[in-house]
Amino acid sequence: MADEELVEQEKLETTVEEKIYLASQWQLIWWRFRRHKLAIISGIILIIIYLFAIFCEFLSPYDPNKYDIRYTYAPPQKIHIFRDGKLVRPFVYGYKIELDQQTLRRIYKPDPNQVYPIYLFVKGDPYKLWGKWEKDTHFIGVKEGTVFLLGTDRMGRDMFSRILYGARISTSIGLIGVFLSFVLGLIIGGFSGYYGGIFDNFVQRVIEFIRSIPTIPLWMALSAALPPHWPPVRIYFGITIILSLIGWTGLARVVRSRFLSLREEDFVMAARLVGASEWRIIMRHMVPSFMSYIIANITLSIPGMILGETSLSFLGLGLRPPTISWGVLLQEAQNVRTVALSPWLLLPGVFVIITVLCFNFLGDGLRDAADPYAR
Amino acid sequence: MFGYVLRRILYMIPTLVLISVVSFIIIQLPPGDFLTSYIAQLSQTGETVDEATIAALKHRYGLDQPYYVQFFMWIWGMFHGDFGQSFEWNRPVSQLIWERLGLTVAVSTFTLILTWIISFPIGMYSATHQYSAGDYSFTFLGYIGLATPNFMIALILMWIAYSVFGASVGGLFSPQYVEAPWSWAKFVDMLGHLWIPAIVIGMGGTAGLIRTLRANLLDELHKPYVITARAKGVPERRLLWRYPLRVAIIPFISTVGWSLPGIISGETIVAVVLSLPTTGPLLLRALQSQDMYLAGSFIMLLSFLTVLGTLISDILLGWVDPRIRYE
Repeated sequence: MADEELVEQEKLETTVEEKIYLASQWQLIWWRFRRHKLAIISGIILIIIYLFAIFCEFLSPYDPNKYDIRYTYAPPQKIHIFRDGKLVRPFVYGYKIELDQQTLRRIYKPDPNQVYPIYLFVKGDPYKLWGKWEKDTHFIGVKEGTVFLLGTDRMGRDMFSRILYGARISTSIGLIGVFLSFVLGLIIGGFSGYYGGIFDNFVQRVIEFIRSIPTIPLWMALSAALPPHWPPVRIYFGITIILSLIGWTGLARVVRSRFLSLREEDFVMAARLVGASEWRIIMRHMVPSFMSYIIANITLSIPGMILGETSLSFLGLGLRPPTISWGVLLQEAQNVRTVALSPWLLLPGVFVIITVLCFNFLGDGLRDAADPYAR
Repeated sequence: MFGYVLRRILYMIPTLVLISVVSFIIIQLPPGDFLTSYIAQLSQTGETVDEATIAALKHRYGLDQPYYVQFFMWIWGMFHGDFGQSFEWNRPVSQLIWERLGLTVAVSTFTLILTWIISFPIGMYSATHQYSAGDYSFTFLGYIGLATPNFMIALILMWIAYSVFGASVGGLFSPQYVEAPWSWAKFVDMLGHLWIPAIVIGMGGTAGLIRTLRANLLDELHKPYVITARAKGVPERRLLWRYPLRVAIIPFISTVGWSLPGIISGETIVAVVLSLPTTGPLLLRALQSQDMYLAGSFIMLLSFLTVLGTLISDILLGWVDPRIRYE
């Protein structure tokens, strides 16, 4: 009996072992990555944030530029699901508005007599999905009254909708910026690592130079030089290019060090002896073997881009209204008195923090998983 | 050691040249030169534009000559303490920058020291108590510190101070000292205000340093020589201080070099939020009004300072770690 169990056990072990030997590199990376719970959770949160960004027109209850002076600086409305002790369709209470006689500020209180149930797929403000299809169905909304889940700003615009629209700009600027830095870093770092010599020396000096100057003042100067009469799209790309002008250095360093160490590997030598062209050696043999490192590093450099855009826009030197990004939204929170009275204006910052945190955790997990043969 | 220092200083020269070229390009970036904006501003306010003054200014900054001549005239002027004219303030740039630059140096140095003081014991604790509750909470706090933009921390701190204590935490001096000449009392007053910006600016850097020290110390702690020493009965505290810590501290010192650009960057933006009388707010105003000689000088001097700081940290590193000198 015991013998049989042992045989069974051995069989199991060999299949597990065989599975490891047979697995491709990407499979091994995935198995290692799966063990990082925090990285997995962060990845899922990021997917949700990007889905928000992609479908922001549909998911936001209001047009982000629709203002309503009756509801300036209105606090967030809580969603309730119990009414008179019974479970009902989720609803919000309307506002009871009083005027503070001393400060002349409006004070909003929930009014239990005004009940606005929340419906799915409600007809609301018309929008163009991805700038193409005209629609007016919103994922959530109310048929009468208002639903400001995260409050409103100084013009009575819905913060929740604005944050969703801001997600589109802020998260995509990180991706595009990183893509540009990646292309620059791969080309420059690749050349300098593969060929070495004078070019390598020169590139190293340039990288050291760029890293030695403080980024924010430089970014500020460059983005202040963007002509103010440019259309928002062009400003957007201008800022992205400015951010990646500095961002490429980190990636170039990683690519270079990988090239340097791989150049001496036996399989590269073998490929060269067989007569493979340099292009083929680089693209077919070298790049795939360090791709996982690069992906981990790319993930870790996206947060810098997002933080850069947010800081610049916050200072008023990056994107400007009517463009909506998280940094632009935070401009509203520059005054401490305003923040003290309506703290929900800081919420775009919370989204920045969550996004950056998730990218950091995901990047850390990917970096640990990137080399499946490391012990 | 002397040869090493000399080599480092020589390395610095091309960097400084590049920085001045970039700063000059920044000055030239906005369309039109500063004189055109100056004339436009004057005619906007209804003042008459004196042809002779314009001609004199044009000649002084060589605006009628090619770019490279302008560049050398600008460099030449700087060696004589002439950084150009701020048209917004209608004063020479050199009169505007020095005090602010001095305060920036003060804030940055203080931040650097504070990041060290905070991160050193925490990093040590985290490494010696790996996976303890304390380690986890410091790691978590560190991640938050890395992920939060500096200006958000500043805003939140100001908000708390305002709504809980009803006080404003901005500025570097108490009201009675703002316009006062420098004195011992003013200096002490500044030290009292310095710690809030220092904590805000240093947050990200501190988190990074803690992670570096923790990782390095953890690598060292499991090496055979530590086990040998422990087996021979060296007391735990002395063991830690005498051997692994000395090895782990080297990357710590070398990080001064790369944390300095970050601190100066953070200082610029935090100063705007906390309205510190440092370079940040003036640089922002200068950029917004395209007062380019002022902005360019600021960027150049900030970069110079950073390079200088890196040089000092390199020399320090060479002094601590003999291997570096012979590399």
